[in-house]
Amino acid sequence: MSTVTGTDVQDLAPVSAESLAALLVAQERPPRPSALSASLTFGWRAILKIKHVPEQLFDVTAFPIMMVLMYTYLFGGALAGSPEEYIQFLLPGILVMSVVMITMYTGVSVNTDIEKGVFDRFRSLPIWRPSTMVGYLLGDALRYTIASVVMLTVGMILGYRPDGGLAGVVAGIALLVVFSFAFSWIWTMFGLLLRTEKSVMGVSMMVIFPLTFLSNVFVDPRTMPGWLQAFVNNSPVTHLASAVRGLMAGDWPAAEIAWSLGWAGLFVLVFGPVTMRLYNRK
Amino acid sequence: MSQHTAGLAIETAGLVKTFGETRAVDGVDLAVPTGTVYGVLGPNGAGKTTTVKMLATLLRPDGGQARIFGHDVVREADEVRGRVSLTGQYASVDEDLTGTENLVLLGRLLGHGKKAARERSAQLLAAFGLTDAAGKQVKHYSGGMRRRIDIAASILSTPDLLFLDEPTTGLDPRSRNQVWDIVRAVVAQGTTVLLTTQYLDEADQLASRIAVIDRGRVIAEGTKGELKASVGAGSVHLRLRDAEQRPEAEQVLRLALDADVQREPDPVALTARLDAAAGDTAAAQAARALGELARAGVLVDNFSLGQPSLDEVFLALTGHDTKTDAEPGTPADADTPARGQKGEVTV
Repeated sequence: MSTVTGTDVQDLAPVSAESLAALLVAQERPPRPSALSASLTFGWRAILKIKHVPEQLFDVTAFPIMMVLMYTYLFGGALAGSPEEYIQFLLPGILVMSVVMITMYTGVSVNTDIEKGVFDRFRSLPIWRPSTMVGYLLGDALRYTIASVVMLTVGMILGYRPDGGLAGVVAGIALLVVFSFAFSWIWTMFGLLLRTEKSVMGVSMMVIFPLTFLSNVFVDPRTMPGWLQAFVNNSPVTHLASAVRGLMAGDWPAAEIAWSLGWAGLFVLVFGPVTMRLYNRK
Repeated sequence: MSQHTAGLAIETAGLVKTFGETRAVDGVDLAVPTGTVYGVLGPNGAGKTTTVKMLATLLRPDGGQARIFGHDVVREADEVRGRVSLTGQYASVDEDLTGTENLVLLGRLLGHGKKAARERSAQLLAAFGLTDAAGKQVKHYSGGMRRRIDIAASILSTPDLLFLDEPTTGLDPRSRNQVWDIVRAVVAQGTTVLLTTQYLDEADQLASRIAVIDRGRVIAEGTKGELKASVGAGSVHLRLRDAEQRPEAEQVLRLALDADVQREPDPVALTARLDAAAGDTAAAQAARALGELARAGVLVDNFSLGQPSLDEVFLALTGHDTKTDAEPGTPADADTPARGQKGEVTV
């Protein structure tokens, strides 16, 4: 507005009253969109935003590459004899860790986006209320998929060979994306609850670091003290890492998959309604 | 209030919204007839936006009732949302998306199919003179263009009731006139418009009825004529031939009209405020004053009779002008006794 006002106003064609009148003649209103259709439309909005601001893919490309390289070479020699051997164990775990960490950007973008005027319009539409948030997370699911593919590619270059083949890898990524979608409802809650972007970031760090590091991503928990083992063995991130590791290795770790999906369901059931309550009050 | 009054688009009774200690909206009663532009006039922080947000189901009232076409805004919020559209104070479109993308997105959310949403968007962009900017991100639009895309987004499905919350704040006069033309075209097609504004001439230009709102309360309501009549019959503006005769003219006018006479910055100009005295029209008073001036030998070059401006209306009703209002957050109970008395003016 600041730079273009002067000239653009001069050039702006007058509003055509006749064509406007023709458009306004009361017409049949279309039926309301279904919950799915509204959610997908909001998902399309998220994708359009990525299209217009591709820089925001930085966190799902550069960051995951850095994570793979850093931990493979940092711990590889010490923990497994060589980086090549370690990556067989590490890659599914670091994949889970990175993607779960990336989910926290959801909170930050919800927090900045929600203050914009367009949300008043969304909230005055006769649509399924959660579709705005679901659409958000659908767009994020695309980001998680991009991050997974990037990391897997880097891992393959470094020597990772999944025994589960394409099917195992796809199943692993699918489980990870589903879990992350569910887990993101924590961040939508914080994004709506906290007042500033910085506080969202701060709280997110407090949650995400212990949750991802205190898991079986880097090492087998058997060497940990008992109290820590109790936490690590029951952490949703551990269950998810074991499930993804198993799937990519060609196994069918039914119990770990069930645990992961169970946690995912719990996250949606608890944080979904809280998010919507906050959203309606905003 | 349990019965819907036919012909009313909006009915509210005792509408209240508090934020902490502040009563942002403090018992607002409105009755807006369908098919008209209804102006809600008030300074910043008067409670206009809060009222609109409650009527558009964005905020839950803390007290009182509001019905839109007979539907309660709380219990039947979904029904209300199906019939209203909102254009907020700031652009209620997504600035990161292009004009077309915004309209197609909203068209889809309103239930249009892909093809219909695209068609309708293209038609609206053309009608609003935005075809050339259709592929540009809205953040690169000028203020006038933003308003247009914003209003276009509000009429993707022709709404029964359109809320325009300060639609011309921050626009240059030319863009403002264009927005006014759009509003006139919209209401001509049968849509009811609730317009909030802090510009008195805007309400004067567009609205058929006006509610003046200050500190969360409706302090006056009526047609423009009624509001103006409530503060007096108008004023007489005089230009004299000779500046030296001004003191004499001032005295003559004061005696003839028994009214306030103001010296204008121009040394030959005077303005006399007329009182709508019983059985006496403004024109008759002015004629009498001119006669007295001629008799006293004062030469008058130029003369005009003006209606009171809404600015004067506002000043008379609230005891403060529109520019120096309290910040939002001023508790309503800080009203002085004098203000309380003025607050009882009704027309």
